[in-house]
Amino acid sequence: MEYVQQLVNGISVGSIYALIALGYTMVYGIVKLINFAHGDVFMVGSFVGFYSITVLHLPFVAALLVSMVVCAIFGMLIERIAYKPLRNATRIAALITAIGVSLLIEYGFIYVRGAQLEAYPRDVLPDFKINLFGAEIESQAILILGVSIALMILLQFIVHKTKMGKSMRAVSYDAEAAQLMGINVNRTISYTFAIGSALAGAAGVIFGVYYTKIEPLMGIIPGLKAFVAAVLGGIGILPGAMVGGLLLGVIESFVSAIGFSLWRDGAAFIVLILILVFMPSGLFGKNRREKV
Amino acid sequence: MAFLKKVGFFWGGIVVSLVIFAVVQFLLSNGTLDLFYENTLVYMAINIILAVSLHLIIGITGQFSIGHAGFLAVGAYASAIITMKLELPFPLALLVGGIVAALAGFVIGFPSLRLRGDYLAIATLGFGEIVRIAFLNVDYVGGASGMMVEHFTTWPWVFGCMLVTILVILNFTRSTHGRACISIREDETAADAMGINTTYYKVLAFMIGAFFAGVAGGLFAHNFYIIQPSNFGFLKSFDILIFVVLGGLGSLSGAVISAILLTVISAFLQDYPETRMIIYSLVLIIVMLYRPRGLMGTKEITSLFSRKKKSKGGAKDGQSETVA
Repeated sequence: MEYVQQLVNGISVGSIYALIALGYTMVYGIVKLINFAHGDVFMVGSFVGFYSITVLHLPFVAALLVSMVVCAIFGMLIERIAYKPLRNATRIAALITAIGVSLLIEYGFIYVRGAQLEAYPRDVLPDFKINLFGAEIESQAILILGVSIALMILLQFIVHKTKMGKSMRAVSYDAEAAQLMGINVNRTISYTFAIGSALAGAAGVIFGVYYTKIEPLMGIIPGLKAFVAAVLGGIGILPGAMVGGLLLGVIESFVSAIGFSLWRDGAAFIVLILILVFMPSGLFGKNRREKV
Repeated sequence: MAFLKKVGFFWGGIVVSLVIFAVVQFLLSNGTLDLFYENTLVYMAINIILAVSLHLIIGITGQFSIGHAGFLAVGAYASAIITMKLELPFPLALLVGGIVAALAGFVIGFPSLRLRGDYLAIATLGFGEIVRIAFLNVDYVGGASGMMVEHFTTWPWVFGCMLVTILVILNFTRSTHGRACISIREDETAADAMGINTTYYKVLAFMIGAFFAGVAGGLFAHNFYIIQPSNFGFLKSFDILIFVVLGGLGSLSGAVISAILLTVISAFLQDYPETRMIIYSLVLIIVMLYRPRGLMGTKEITSLFSRKKKSKGGAKDGQSETVA
């Protein structure tokens, strides 16, 4: 029954990766930029959630919403200030800027607040365990999965049923043609950053509740792994990011279950390199030939 | 005449650098420059080697690699094993460090054939992390607590290695092979169409860059008494990246100048690591927003002198007078 337990752990971690990966994949699909700062938005979301719970004494759901709203605004600001002037710059220039923004958020945050750890209070959610096929499932694990699935369904609804989603899909298909059809490309890009960042903020709060400990550099590794998840599923494809995130979480759990727990962080990058070499367009992507 | 000028620059550069070396060596043995300055100078030379080696990969060949600390780590550990475990001499350790890192460069260069731009960047970043985690898990080299290394790195050694690195990469850039690499940077498809073996040159650039990063790793390891996997995290890769980006993608002298500049800045900000990182990140963002080609662009410092000479001979260049 060890394996059922590992599967549950894997899915819990994986759904956090999936939530972050959705933001990566949406932004990449629209502006073709790896938003390195996305992992730091996740960190900011986690801290906003923490302060809402401890200082403002908000219940979990309210803290989640506050964090999502703050992160959405934060993501839009990052886009407006740092990325918008680079809309027509080279890809490498945009990538370097993204790295710079990421470092600036991390160390700016440390400069303002200090690098010390913070711990989420244990009593945010009722704590109970469910026995399923001999595996102990904590209430937090159920919460993570529940919130993640709810947000993913909401995202699917926004992307496929609303006008905003329609314009997002149009811009990601062909930004120039979308502009000619009267779509406000700049506003659509802002929306995309807002939605992606809100999801990262939600992931931050969930992460805090599940793992308790949060710190200013916590966004780096989950951010990179979420990117791996996005590549695994096929970058720019929403269901791909969800499946990629869950799959990566499960792979990691099994790697540590068979006794290589120290290699856990390496597993994601090995998966990344294997995927890039053998299936560069990911599990769900279509291979398109590059036109000259 | 043009040949003479080229030779003049080449030998002039060597003479100038030897004079710098002699002066610094004199001041060091004289005791005018204390340990702090010696450390900063050694660190500066190591950073120049790293900057120039990454310049070959990013600036000349146009392959965006952000895992350079991985090569540094491979070189550092390989050379430390040679001197500490096998007790062989230091020069051999530097050479072995370079060769092992070059092999690593071959391994990472190979997948790069299929990847471009962002994907390559992420793959190299992943490679750097895998290297770090691998050393973390090998007990033979001390795992997380690191490996004790004797102090062998002296000013003559680092200076010699730095000079060799700059000369090799400068001459490589000016050769047929270097021109092939530049053509890949400008347009890979067109280079391929012109009959350049892009695969060969990309891997070659990775291997040469990795070789010198490995040598730098050997110097690095034997300078700090202890090496730990945490020294080679991806923040180290970004440190090297910023030298190349700030100096100008494609300018060797730019990479050297920014390595010198940033080493001095970070030496004085040693006690304020957060401030240092904030300055670094702001520099990255501002340079990319306002001067995306870096301080020097693709120009070299020598081209500044030759342009001056041209403008002096105004009689030949009648057009510029009428415009002015």
